[in-house]
Amino acid sequence: MTYRLFGTSTTRRSVLAGGAAATGMLAAPGILHAAGKTVKVGVVHPVTGFLQFSGTQCRYGAQAAIEEINASGGIKALDGAMIEAVLGDAQSKAEIGASEVEKFESEGVSAIVGAYSSGISLATTQAAAKYGIPHIVDVGVNDKIVGRDLDNTFRFGPGFGVITKTGIQSLIDLNEAAGNPAKTCVIVHENTTPFGSYMAGLMKDGLEPAGFEVLEILPHPTPNKDFRNIALKIKELNPDVVIPSHYYNEGVLFLRTLQRQRVSPKVIYSVLGGASSQYRFVNEFEDAAQGVMDCNHWFDPSNKAALALKDKTEADGKTYSYEVFLAYTAMKFLADGMERAASPDRKAIIDALAVSEWDGHFMPYGPTKMENGQNMAAVPLVTQVSGEDINVIAPAEYAQAKAKFG
Amino acid sequence: MSDTLRITGWVVLAALGIAAPFLISSGRWLEFIELTLFVAVLGQAWNILGGYGGQYSFGHAVFFGTGAYVQALLQFRFGFSPWLALPFAIASGAGVGAMIGYLSFRYGLRGSYFALITLAFAEAFRVLARSIVSVTEGGRGVSLPLNQDSGEVWTTLQFTFAEPFLRHAGYYYMILTVLILAYIAVWRMERSRFGAQLISVRENEDAAAALGVDAFRVKMKAICLSGMIAAAAGVYYVQKYLFVDPEIAYGPAKSVEALVAPIIGGLGTVIGPLLGAAFLHSIGEVAKEAIGALIGPRPGLDLILYGMILVLVLGYLPRGLAGLLDSAWRRLGGGR
Amino acid sequence: MDFLGLPSYSWETVLGSAISGVFLGSVYALVALGLTLIYGVLHIINFAHGAMLMLAMYAVFFLWSALGIDPYLALLIVVPAGFVFGYALQRGVIGRFSHGRDEITLLVTLGIAIMIENGALFAFSATERQVQVPYDFDGIDFGVTFAVWPEIAALAGSLVVTLALWLFMTRTDMGHAIQAVAKERRGAELVGIDVEHIYGVTFGIGAACVAVAACLLAPTYAVSPQFGYLFVLIAFTVVVLGGMGSFVGALVGGFLIGITEQLGRLYLGESLGLITISAIFILVLLFRPTGLFGQASG
Repeated sequence: MTYRLFGTSTTRRSVLAGGAAATGMLAAPGILHAAGKTVKVGVVHPVTGFLQFSGTQCRYGAQAAIEEINASGGIKALDGAMIEAVLGDAQSKAEIGASEVEKFESEGVSAIVGAYSSGISLATTQAAAKYGIPHIVDVGVNDKIVGRDLDNTFRFGPGFGVITKTGIQSLIDLNEAAGNPAKTCVIVHENTTPFGSYMAGLMKDGLEPAGFEVLEILPHPTPNKDFRNIALKIKELNPDVVIPSHYYNEGVLFLRTLQRQRVSPKVIYSVLGGASSQYRFVNEFEDAAQGVMDCNHWFDPSNKAALALKDKTEADGKTYSYEVFLAYTAMKFLADGMERAASPDRKAIIDALAVSEWDGHFMPYGPTKMENGQNMAAVPLVTQVSGEDINVIAPAEYAQAKAKFG
Repeated sequence: MSDTLRITGWVVLAALGIAAPFLISSGRWLEFIELTLFVAVLGQAWNILGGYGGQYSFGHAVFFGTGAYVQALLQFRFGFSPWLALPFAIASGAGVGAMIGYLSFRYGLRGSYFALITLAFAEAFRVLARSIVSVTEGGRGVSLPLNQDSGEVWTTLQFTFAEPFLRHAGYYYMILTVLILAYIAVWRMERSRFGAQLISVRENEDAAAALGVDAFRVKMKAICLSGMIAAAAGVYYVQKYLFVDPEIAYGPAKSVEALVAPIIGGLGTVIGPLLGAAFLHSIGEVAKEAIGALIGPRPGLDLILYGMILVLVLGYLPRGLAGLLDSAWRRLGGGR
Repeated sequence: MDFLGLPSYSWETVLGSAISGVFLGSVYALVALGLTLIYGVLHIINFAHGAMLMLAMYAVFFLWSALGIDPYLALLIVVPAGFVFGYALQRGVIGRFSHGRDEITLLVTLGIAIMIENGALFAFSATERQVQVPYDFDGIDFGVTFAVWPEIAALAGSLVVTLALWLFMTRTDMGHAIQAVAKERRGAELVGIDVEHIYGVTFGIGAACVAVAACLLAPTYAVSPQFGYLFVLIAFTVVVLGGMGSFVGALVGGFLIGITEQLGRLYLGESLGLITISAIFILVLLFRPTGLFGQASG
């Protein structure tokens, strides 16, 4: 089967597989060395549009990882090839994200890291699957992303299923340890994107069997400009625990509104709380943040590399948020996969990632264990704000401080 | 321009469109054209009502989004085949058009009042889609299963894992088909009694009514046709990306894309939306590449350039790109 | 309120919600005042309104963070700057490139919005910025709800701006000229009014109103390049409800929408409750397109 490509005859299959074939050639001994010693990685995030803040944070994290890898000699198994980032902007739209993947394909990338949001990640992983490009999802907590049997798709961090489960269990444990002071709760969650929307139902289903009474579930849109009503409802319902789950801006406004309205529940225990475990929030609004607990993506607090990245991030004028360290780790995971594959070939990288047991990261996951593209070892941690610090309070093996509960 | 010449031009354009996947092996550039065609379809939908009918809508996402949701939900909830869902999705565009049109035109809303009510409807649908979780899945969105069996390509109407040629060009041909059908519809409309009546309503509704044109009926027909075409774009979107949520469906992005292309390209012309979409998409890409090459990736800068070019084109080409083509043709001695 | 399956709340909560609606409404009114003026006089839908608000918020933020200027003191700088910016924008860009056609004006303001928004992204990054004032958590206790000083200032500000605009339009020559242009552009031209200048001044005042809103909103809201979207649709709703071009209408409309929204969100939930805004918008357009205080026009 042939057709004409601007005058030259070529088989359709060979054109379609062009990118893969070219990289396949790189893998051949001898040619590799001559090929300029770079391996291209597509980095796609929504750096403009309504997700621009998180997208930019992710891009920064991924680039920080690349800088570090290149500074320490590149991918050693590839003769010290440098990682060359091909940057893409999804403009906060799924279709633009997918078209960036087409661009990556034409540039012959070996792998892709991205794309922050669940909606965009669904589109980019699917487009990458078309060409067999390995795709590491950095954030995208929707479990559907890794539930589609796409063998090119990997997520190193936890999805909301695991996060919610851990969140519920830790809350129950903390409550028990404190002598069960908390019996009632109110869930406040964003309902505009998948993460908050799924969370609320899972939380309710998990908390009620454990003896908690869920007084009310209060969904709100993102963005949301006013939390006074929610504060009033919480005041009237007077729950022992308030469980918020939303993005940074709403997180800040919510906690400040509670403070402004003189509403102080015994416990604020958020799950993926947006602001509750963000250094910037704690720095700017220490009072509003005091005592707030959060079950969220978090690094191993005793790991020096995690703290070194924190220093570097802050020196660059950025805040050290979950987007930064998740994208950073996703890129490191990929680099390790390329070392294991000892090849820039996409298929070889996929195979290496699928059986990866990488443990050289600073997340509290231990050795990697991929099942259908999901790292089964990935878990969140629970933190609490105390003074100017954010301390891990659960699980015990990572805890820096004892929880102040109630 | 004579009709034969115009028709020849269209046939050549259509032939190029059909041949494109054979000429262009790069997925990147085919995708580029595909997205252009997608916007051109949305733009043509808007153009029927806005360009020919003079009723500017700020909320065309309401039609696109409803088509997308119906196509997705019928498959998701009731296990409909995409082919069976398709007519319902397209009819839903007409249905929403009929509802909005009936209310607005019955109460005589024109100009900015009509624009604002379409904006309000799009927002109302967004709130409903987000809030009525039991029907729409709310903010978690509707996600369709991805078919990975190349034998099921036609039954699932998904081309991501088809054999190589369809994988390359399946979705491209899908949107091209929608585009060709929509453009033929508009081409025929332009030459029909209905088209003439629609234009007369745009030029002067009272005068048209005095001449016996039933302005209400004409506008209703236009908004229903417009809604159907926008809904068809929604069907394509869902079949390709297999995901829709309230923001994608009813957010302002699609409403804006739908109206910018025809205004830039040339209001009330068949080719306008296509020209506008191609131009906007190209300057977007050029701006991105140029900025990227000159100062590296700095988010935002390319869109500043895009905004500037948009304003300048509006300032210097008030009749749109189709107007430019037309005067260039006349200057070449074509004339009418 | 047990009927209709609506949740029942104590009267304290309902009253508190209504009062918070008044404060929220004052914010809406502040944003809508500039928009209604521009709409009423120039008859254009200004897509760049939200972007202008965002830009003014950045100005307030940087005056505070770089020079330590309190956001209320910043009024003295940001408001005149807003006027100059608006005047220049109308005369230099919108008036020049729009050819007096509605659809082009609309797209020109859209283009300006894209430029301002991405200019802010480029220059200031996507990070949200928040002004912090020492009196942020003090205020008046109404028993059922608490109002902090920044909220009270916004309420007072909305009243003062409405009064000032009304006095300006009815007591000054410039105000009379603006009214003349709004009513009868041709006629105003014939009696020797410089219509382009009047348009510029109107847009300038509209932008100055936006600047006032920015100063009063800054202690409560964090600003990011996307900030404008939060208020644009509601501002249009307020303008239509109040009657295009009516300041009192914008003020009353702001309060009405604020209260309705808060009560709607209380009873229908924070998400579905927002449907009350769209519903009011649609109903007013259908049944009373001139709004509460608007004059019938073509």
